[in-house]
Amino acid sequence: MSSQEIAFVIIAGAGSLGAIRLVTSKNVVHAALYLVVALASVAAVYLILAAEFLAWVQVLIYVGAIVVLLLFSLMLTKAPIGRETLDNQQRGMALLVAVGILGGLVYLFQDAFGASSELNPQATRTVDVGVSIFRDFVLPFEVVSVLLLAALVGAVVIARKDEWAEQTGRGADLGARGGTERAG
Amino acid sequence: MIRLPFLLFFSAVLFSAGIYGVLARRNAVLVLMSIELMLNAVNVNLVAFGSFLQDAALTGQVFALFVITVAAAEVGIGLAIVILIYRNRETINVDEVNLLRW
Repeated sequence: MSSQEIAFVIIAGAGSLGAIRLVTSKNVVHAALYLVVALASVAAVYLILAAEFLAWVQVLIYVGAIVVLLLFSLMLTKAPIGRETLDNQQRGMALLVAVGILGGLVYLFQDAFGASSELNPQATRTVDVGVSIFRDFVLPFEVVSVLLLAALVGAVVIARKDEWAEQTGRGADLGARGGTERAG
Repeated sequence: MIRLPFLLFFSAVLFSAGIYGVLARRNAVLVLMSIELMLNAVNVNLVAFGSFLQDAALTGQVFALFVITVAAAEVGIGLAIVILIYRNRETINVDEVNLLRW
C-alpha cells in the first residue's frame, strides 16, 4: 500500500463511521455533527485526488453553509431524542435494502475495476476548472444559475408567512388545514 | 498512486448509509441529511473516475460542482417545505404528513 492509500483508508474509515453514526444516532444535533465528519472526510478525499478547488468548495458550501442551514432548521423545529421518535418501523427492511445495495455495488466495482486500475492523481489547478466551466460547460453553468435563482425565490415564497391568508381567513393548500390547528 | 476500488468502496458505503437513512428515518431533516450523503457518494465517484480517465476537460470535477450546486438548491427548498409543514402541522415526521395521500 502506498502512503496515499494508507491516508485514504484512515480518512475513509472516519468518514464511513461518521456516515453510519449519522443514520443511527439518537440525537438529531449529534446526527448533524456526524454529517460534518462525513462531509469533511469527503473533502479530504478530494484533496487526496488532487482536486483542490473542489475540496475547498466542499468545505465552504457543505460544511459551512448546508450544515448551518440544517442546524438552523433543527433549531426551528422540534428536536426530539430517542430511537422510537426518530426511526420508523421499517428499520429491518431498510437495513436489508442498504446492505443489499452495498453488496451489489461492491461486487460490481470489484468485478469491473478490481484487477486493472490504479490512478495517479494529477494536480488540477483552479484555473483549469474555470477554463473548463467557461469553455465546455457554459450552458449547464447558466442553467444552474437560473436554477439557483429559482430555488432562492421559491424558498422565500414557501417559507414566509402567508399574510393574505391570515387576514382573510382563507388559505391555500396547507394553510387551510393548519389554520384551525394554529388557532387552537 | 491509489487504487480505484478503494474510492468506489468508500462511495458505496456512503451511498448505502444514505439509503438506510432515507428509508429508516422519520424526521424530515434527517432524511434530507441522508440525501446529502448520497449526493456526496456520487460526487466522490465522479471525481475518482475523472481522475482515473485523465480527462483534460475535467468533466468529473465540473459535474461534481454542478451536483453540489443542485444539492444546495434542493436542501434550501426542502428545508423551506419542512419549516412550512412544521408551522402548519406541528410535526416534521414524514409518516404523519399525509395530505396528498388518497
